[in-house]
Amino acid sequence: MNWQIVAENWQMFASGLATTIVLLLGAIVIGLLTAIPLSLMRVSKSRWLSWPVASLTFVIRGAPVVILLYLVYFGLGQLELVRESFLGPVLANATLCAVIALGISTAGYTAEIFAGCIQDLPHGEIEAAVSFGMPRMKIYRYVLVPAMFRRALPQYANEIILLLHATSLVSLITVIDLTGAARAVSALFYISFEPYLTIGAIYLVLSMATQRVFKNLERRFLRHLRPREANQAAAAPSIPANVRESTHEQTLG
Amino acid sequence: MSKLSVENLHKKFGTHEVLKGISLEASTGDVISLIGSSGSGKSTLLRCMNLLEAPTEGRIFSSREELKLSRGRCGNLVASDLRQLERIRSKLAMVFQSFNLWAHMTVLQNVMLAPVHVQGLSKEEANERAEHYLQQVGLYERRDYYPAHLSGGQQQRAAIARALAVEPDVMLFDEPTSALDPELIGEVLRVMQKLATDGRTMIVVTHEMGFARNVSNHTIFLHQGRIEEEGDPAEILDRPASPRLQQFLAGSRK
Amino acid sequence: MFSDYVAMVLNGAWLTLGLAASALACSIAFGMVATTFKVSNSRALHRVVDGYTQVVRGIPDLVLMLIVFYGIPDVITSLGSLFGKSWQLNVPAFVAGSLALGFIFGAYMAETFRGALLAIPVGQIEAATAFGMTPTQVWTLVRLPQMVRYALPGFTNNWLTLVKGTAVVSVIGLQDVTFRAKYAAQATHEDFAFYIVSLLVYLALSAVSLLGLRRVSTRYRIGAASGAR
Repeated sequence: MNWQIVAENWQMFASGLATTIVLLLGAIVIGLLTAIPLSLMRVSKSRWLSWPVASLTFVIRGAPVVILLYLVYFGLGQLELVRESFLGPVLANATLCAVIALGISTAGYTAEIFAGCIQDLPHGEIEAAVSFGMPRMKIYRYVLVPAMFRRALPQYANEIILLLHATSLVSLITVIDLTGAARAVSALFYISFEPYLTIGAIYLVLSMATQRVFKNLERRFLRHLRPREANQAAAAPSIPANVRESTHEQTLG
Repeated sequence: MSKLSVENLHKKFGTHEVLKGISLEASTGDVISLIGSSGSGKSTLLRCMNLLEAPTEGRIFSSREELKLSRGRCGNLVASDLRQLERIRSKLAMVFQSFNLWAHMTVLQNVMLAPVHVQGLSKEEANERAEHYLQQVGLYERRDYYPAHLSGGQQQRAAIARALAVEPDVMLFDEPTSALDPELIGEVLRVMQKLATDGRTMIVVTHEMGFARNVSNHTIFLHQGRIEEEGDPAEILDRPASPRLQQFLAGSRK
Repeated sequence: MFSDYVAMVLNGAWLTLGLAASALACSIAFGMVATTFKVSNSRALHRVVDGYTQVVRGIPDLVLMLIVFYGIPDVITSLGSLFGKSWQLNVPAFVAGSLALGFIFGAYMAETFRGALLAIPVGQIEAATAFGMTPTQVWTLVRLPQMVRYALPGFTNNWLTLVKGTAVVSVIGLQDVTFRAKYAAQATHEDFAFYIVSLLVYLALSAVSLLGLRRVSTRYRIGAASGAR
């Protein structure tokens, strides 16, 4: 086995890994920023808002990531209209195309996840905020979106793992990520098993690390749903019964 | 001084008319109890007052200021001036049957949210108010708990503190104890009784006849969307004039 | 000329479907084995399935496919040279794709099957045993048919993802829709058009699959059972 070739070329793998992480984070940012407004539109009572978004997510989720990558990099780049516009230089850069395509893909799935979670929210919480005279934007910001995020965490964790998988396809549009590095090494040195197994292991570690991150996020943000006993230990010290009674007496006068 | 009043309120759900011309007025210090059987329209009436439901006809006044309404797409009346609606709503506070506390926030955060984001108080001021009212309802020690970790009675008391914190002109209670286990009803009613003796203006939809008789100063009996009988609680509950009220009370007497 | 290329791309749909079907069969096989392991009483078998799921979750489809297509023949050749033989294994792209995708989606199928088994109301099993059915009979007469009904939504989701997943096999030379679209794009320089065409093909496959599910689910009356979104 030629493991030393892999070891000697560790810089290529390291650089590829860095690119993978950058792509992942970039796509997450684009995805989240667009998915929140999209999901709000998706659940709107107005057909003019919900219908276009539903069609958009249907198309995005129906497209293989490979096709999205090709469409953005080769497809849009080929159109003269686009080439000569301000987007021209952007789309000439393969890495930017990759982030955009991946961002679009994750935005579509995330918007659907968020929309589903919004529909699951107890209507009463929104009603209470409305009854206090809270303006719509503030309701979204302080009541609806935070509640939605918390509900969406488990499904969103899954989506991020799938996004990580999707980043491995960017080598198809000449971006050298972790998989691209392995393919390059494979082509240069005529070995296959060692580089691919190596990156397989690295992806495994990345995926487990991501799962760990989300587990921690869930522990913090889903605190309000965990059983009482787990939380009471961390809460204020318990007041002896007679003191509690007297507080009540004072209340009732 | 009239704090909240409605004139000739009608509400139709499709072809079914739930409210058939209700007028009522709440002045400072009034504690009005709305009683009636299910389907009589009491909750709908309350929810029309802060426009959580859109009435089909009628006028709504807050401190003699008329809420501007116009005919909406669905055929019912909706607010034509959103700012005015939000302003008026910020002077009212509702306590719901299912509490409707914001599950992802602690009790303290729940109580502070409206003062900060609707009334523009600073965090410190809102915090002071919140702690004051939480002490008043006896939940100060649990201010950092999440709603899911409280009993039903505690959650409702937290909801009451949340309503108190906006220092409303009128408090609207929509069957506040109907979702509670019997042994928890008492603690909530005691808090409400204290509010009444403190001079709060309250409109309470309730099935608790004891509360209506002993705490409220005016009782309205609704039947099939109309005010069948109203008046001094002791009078109408001990000596009901209308046969329907007699029937209703007989049915609810345990 | 242009329309010839379009026809060529559209014809690739057969290969895409064929590969998807073949991978589906593999995934059902892998999935059923994993499910039986998971419902068995052996801790060791449980760990095997957990490892399987972890690997599938952790390694991207493309990488797994590259391992199967390039890596395994590589190992065979190295092994051969160890013994002084010149072994060569040529895995056809179709087979490599089917096996790799089948392996990956087997894990997802296992999850779907397990969820479906758990969703069967316990009362049904109790009734069957109360009537004196043997465990095997309970399996074949009660569990399996019911499981199909509860597994349908998850199964369809997996199928849809699988169909899209076949696009990756174009990388190792399988002449599916994606491969042909790329070929046509490079030949005619009408990239945008052909990638849109290929996108439409995949969307059509999705739409048809979803309609098919709706037809089957009304027959099995899933809505009443799961109440899921």
